Amino acid sequence: MTDYFEVFGLERKLQVNLDALQRSFYALSRQYHPDFHQMANEGEQAAALERSALVNRAYRVLRDPLSRLSYMIGLEDGTGGRSADKVRLEPPRDLLEEMLEIQEALEEAKRSGLNAETTERLRGERQNLMERQTANESAIVGRFAEWDRAAETGGDAKALLAWFKQALARRAYLRTVIDDLSDALGEGQESDVSHRRH
Amino acid sequence: MTSATRWERVKRVMSRIVGIDLGTTNSLVAYLDAGVPKVIPDEEGRTLLPSVVAFTRDGVTVGEAARRQLARNPKRTVYSAKRLMGKGFEDVKDELRHLPFDVQPSAEVVRIKVGERTVTPPEVSAYVLEALKVRAQTFFGEKVEKAVITVPAYFNDAQRQATKDAGRIAGLDVLRIVNEPTAASLAYGLQRLAEGIIAVYDLGGGTFDVSILRVKDGIFEVLATNGNTHLGGDDFDRVLVQWLLEDIETRHAVRMESDAEAMQELRLAAEAAKCRLSFEEHTWLTIPFERFTYRREITRADVERLVTPLVDATLGPCRMALRDADLTPSAIDEVVLVGGSTRMPLVRRRVEELFGRKAHSQLNPDEVVALGAAVQAQILAGGITDMLLLDVTPLSLGIETLGGIVSVLIPRNTTIPTMAKEAFTTSVDGQTTVDLHVLQGERELAKDNRSLARFDLADIDPMPAGMPKIEVTFLIDANGILQVQAKEIRTGKAASIEVRPTYGLSEAEVAQMVEDSYAYAESDVNARLLIETQTEAETVMNHVRRALSQGADLLSAEERARIDAAFKDLSAARQGTDRDVIRERTVALNRATERLADAMMDRALKDALASKRADTILGAS
Repeated sequence: MTDYFEVFGLERKLQVNLDALQRSFYALSRQYHPDFHQMANEGEQAAALERSALVNRAYRVLRDPLSRLSYMIGLEDGTGGRSADKVRLEPPRDLLEEMLEIQEALEEAKRSGLNAETTERLRGERQNLMERQTANESAIVGRFAEWDRAAETGGDAKALLAWFKQALARRAYLRTVIDDLSDALGEGQESDVSHRRH
Repeated sequence: MTSATRWERVKRVMSRIVGIDLGTTNSLVAYLDAGVPKVIPDEEGRTLLPSVVAFTRDGVTVGEAARRQLARNPKRTVYSAKRLMGKGFEDVKDELRHLPFDVQPSAEVVRIKVGERTVTPPEVSAYVLEALKVRAQTFFGEKVEKAVITVPAYFNDAQRQATKDAGRIAGLDVLRIVNEPTAASLAYGLQRLAEGIIAVYDLGGGTFDVSILRVKDGIFEVLATNGNTHLGGDDFDRVLVQWLLEDIETRHAVRMESDAEAMQELRLAAEAAKCRLSFEEHTWLTIPFERFTYRREITRADVERLVTPLVDATLGPCRMALRDADLTPSAIDEVVLVGGSTRMPLVRRRVEELFGRKAHSQLNPDEVVALGAAVQAQILAGGITDMLLLDVTPLSLGIETLGGIVSVLIPRNTTIPTMAKEAFTTSVDGQTTVDLHVLQGERELAKDNRSLARFDLADIDPMPAGMPKIEVTFLIDANGILQVQAKEIRTGKAASIEVRPTYGLSEAEVAQMVEDSYAYAESDVNARLLIETQTEAETVMNHVRRALSQGADLLSAEERARIDAAFKDLSAARQGTDRDVIRERTVALNRATERLADAMMDRALKDALASKRADTILGAS
């Protein structure tokens, strides 16, 4: 199978020039999009459709840094980029205390309904977690350069890979809790966005 | 290439592709005229075709004529069929109390009873599409068989498929289903009216969409889309009607809910008043009901107060689209308004507040979607090569897994076409079939999402559990419609797969409807011709009746007897359905009265001359 980096003629690196990626995506779209193959025979149309679908999927995965990382980990593990999503989630240690508090807040909300006080408490907890999430994501992206250097120099990146996996698991965990809080706040519809993003 | 296929290709290139906006309230057809998209008018110059189909005793009528007789014939006149497309009875139950026609309870696709016939929403839409096709054919003086049809961006797979089916029943090869807001962006883009990051806010008669696009170097890349396929001008009308009903009860002590005819009159009057209030601050509503005339003034403020919650309900989807696109409102360069309902000043105000900038509406909001569809048609025809639309799938696609949880295969807002492969196996020794349940939606549990179809992987070789490996490819094509293929990995053979759409028509049903449409088309044409023949007979009989009362003295007894006989013959035939007999006897009566007509003409001329002479003589004296 063609790897997604190859699709766009990019090196297999975590740091991607997004402008170049977009230019390449547009150029390939012009080449393969079914709109431009309406007059072709059935076989050619099917081939263009398949190619176009691959280009679209690859672009979606690579344009977002974190889904790019997930995909890269999948390539390293030989699982085709899907492994990182499947890690079952344990609460990260430094969050245990907060999790207990959140659990309590959620139960309180369930017991006494969404009054002003519980709403405020849940919102506060969610805000706190969202800030942690942002910090976590920046930390992940902040180590992309390190990975790329190791790949270039043939250095050992095993420890970094393990760290990435853990950080992604932490991210998935935080996302679930944030969603739970949003659901409890009755704002679930708006929050499932991040939850379902690849 | 054989010469036959070459000619096939030449034919494909040469034949015309029109763009059709199949709307909840109105529909249009457009084409590209030397690079400029234009809406095709009917023979009276009207561009909008009301999406109303009347199944009268004398045949089917579509458009303005059907709309005009709505209040007289509410049970047999279907409107807003688009809101029923791709839906099951359960989905539309709440909607039914607003609709005068009779929707039959059924387990799957919605069926509407009109007289002795039962029709599905795609068949109703097919009549609208066919009327547009005929309009285009009359305009071009040649056959039109290919079309691009627009749908709301937030339409799910079943609703898209239903639209495609409607096209097929109408005898159209639907080359592409394109999203309405993105079509609109093509029309704006063609004229370079909008570039950069644009938000298209599309509020029509029955549906709401918002799409965020990046328009750059001729590429129209949709970043995110959101919407509500059940929110539009129809809903505005309903709250207005509800308010008027209460007022009528207060003032006239009359409850009208059960009077279908009066309700339609009220609905149409309320709709018209709503439209006027987009341009005036207040308006008078006058409805002459049978028992009383209802008259009152309505102000723009009244309507705005009533519809504010509905308009505000469009803002959530806008925010979600922005979020999905990872953008803040200030990142939007242009805002484009599409759909008749955006003429309401309140709507414009709210949108401009949300995005913090003035909204565009240079292109007619009723027409811009059809114009964009014509642009897309020209792209498919190979006539435009520098523009390309990259659209997305509006809803996540997944399969049901253990415990009723959905596993997402293709997340929403993924650029289409797109593909996901998933391997399946058996869980019991010797199992030969695997059942897949495919859903669309954003919720965690299968039961909260939209069931699209069940797929049966059949004829699996009996093997120990977990041994068979079947790779299923889920492909969402450029129409946003799902195609599923299965392959046995070990042998590489295509696996047998049977599709059972949850709310759609099966292939066999559509084929049957295509066939029926020919039969009905013939009976519809016959019905029209019969009415014309009957009218003609009536006209001749009226003439003869008048002639006999004025010129009886000019006839011999024999002649009179012959005319009376012919008159009686025609009178007897006229009520029948045999067109040939009616025509024959009309001709016979005409012939029998030829001499009488001549004699009367003669006498009239003589009289005229005589009186003229008298005038002259008198004048001269």
